[in-house]
Amino acid sequence: MSKIEMTVNGKKVAGEAEDRTLLVNFLRDNLGLTGTHVGCDTSQCGCCTIHLNGDAIKSCAMLAIQAEGADIVTIEGMAKGPKGEERLHPVQQAFTECHGLQCGFCTPGMIMTSAAILKQNPDPSEQDIIKGLHGNLCRCTGYVNIVKSVKRAAELTRGGA
Amino acid sequence: MYALNYQRAKSLDEAVKLLAAEPEAKLMAGGQTLIPTLKARLAQPSHLIDLGRVAELKGIEVKDGVLSVGAMSKHYEVMTSAVVQKAIPGLANMASLIGDLQVRNMGTMGGSIANNDPAADYPAGVLAHNVTIVTNKREIKADDYFQGMFATALEEGEIITKLLWPVPKKSVYAKFEHPASGYAMAGVCIAQLADGSVRVGVTGAGSSGAFRWTEAEEALAKSFSLKALEGLKVDPETCLGDLHAPAEYRAHLVGVMAKRALEKML
Repeated sequence: MSKIEMTVNGKKVAGEAEDRTLLVNFLRDNLGLTGTHVGCDTSQCGCCTIHLNGDAIKSCAMLAIQAEGADIVTIEGMAKGPKGEERLHPVQQAFTECHGLQCGFCTPGMIMTSAAILKQNPDPSEQDIIKGLHGNLCRCTGYVNIVKSVKRAAELTRGGA
Repeated sequence: MYALNYQRAKSLDEAVKLLAAEPEAKLMAGGQTLIPTLKARLAQPSHLIDLGRVAELKGIEVKDGVLSVGAMSKHYEVMTSAVVQKAIPGLANMASLIGDLQVRNMGTMGGSIANNDPAADYPAGVLAHNVTIVTNKREIKADDYFQGMFATALEEGEIITKLLWPVPKKSVYAKFEHPASGYAMAGVCIAQLADGSVRVGVTGAGSSGAFRWTEAEEALAKSFSLKALEGLKVDPETCLGDLHAPAEYRAHLVGVMAKRALEKML
């Protein structure tokens, strides 16, 4: 067991964990941030997706100790406006408007990846979105409304109404 | 996964020392294959040596007609590098086809080549471009490197430091993706090298991992045309048959993907 420190959603945090503890389990069990999910446990479904130093990564495919000292953002940290006020992220807003979820299990991962897609490509085509979401699986929606949500999120981010 | 000890190497020197100190230690690059493997309990290293913060293993640059890619270069970095896009756009495209967005943010070229998954994309490129694999001990030519499924010429204590890609005239990679996993069921990389020679690297289809399709190379050397590939078949006996596809289908796919790659070069 060792003490692992990192910054999560803007706050410095620490927890005791074994070297083999996965980042997803550290976030969920040590830090109580259960918005990040364990879905397939084989690195395919993307339910565990978070942002590490600005990059979308699968937290079930990483050790907590690997992420020591990193700057992590989870779904819990997304509803923050530019002045730190509580406000849905444009991606979250879009998923609400476009009904981009049913059971919601894949949704945190979908939102984290979608935000990453838009950071790289503020005006993605449908194909860009579909390709970008290749690492996120949904069992409910058939993806149509998820793609619509990301398109809408792009609009909102560009200042559309 | 089984319990293990994590060690973070701060330099290549330290990584070599840590690796030598423990007989059951394993190196970790991006961990995108290793961590899932450990979770499935298919391996039980005593120590994991993380190369993630070894600065000497990073860096992408072109010098004297050779693109040098640091072993710890992430697929995302290879894909978006202006240097790679200019020197070997076929390689940038290949990197963009690996895994998915999240995997590309962690997975590395060195890790992929050290693992030698029979359906990984880079091996086809490494063979087609006649890449030199540089380790902390020596330089290994592509043709001497791949030794079968998940097997390479790397020895105990050997760490890949960079991969040297001679800049070709042109190269294209065409992959038939498994619809669920995205892994190559057949991936063909054709490279027209600076000296005019043609090399064809194939991944995903072979029963012993990536290979060079020498019959296609000879035909394309005589005539760099789609006609040259007509009627050429990979022997199904040398191809992989499993629940995803019989060997005959993979053999067929190699021919199809070779034509698709060539079409983009003509």
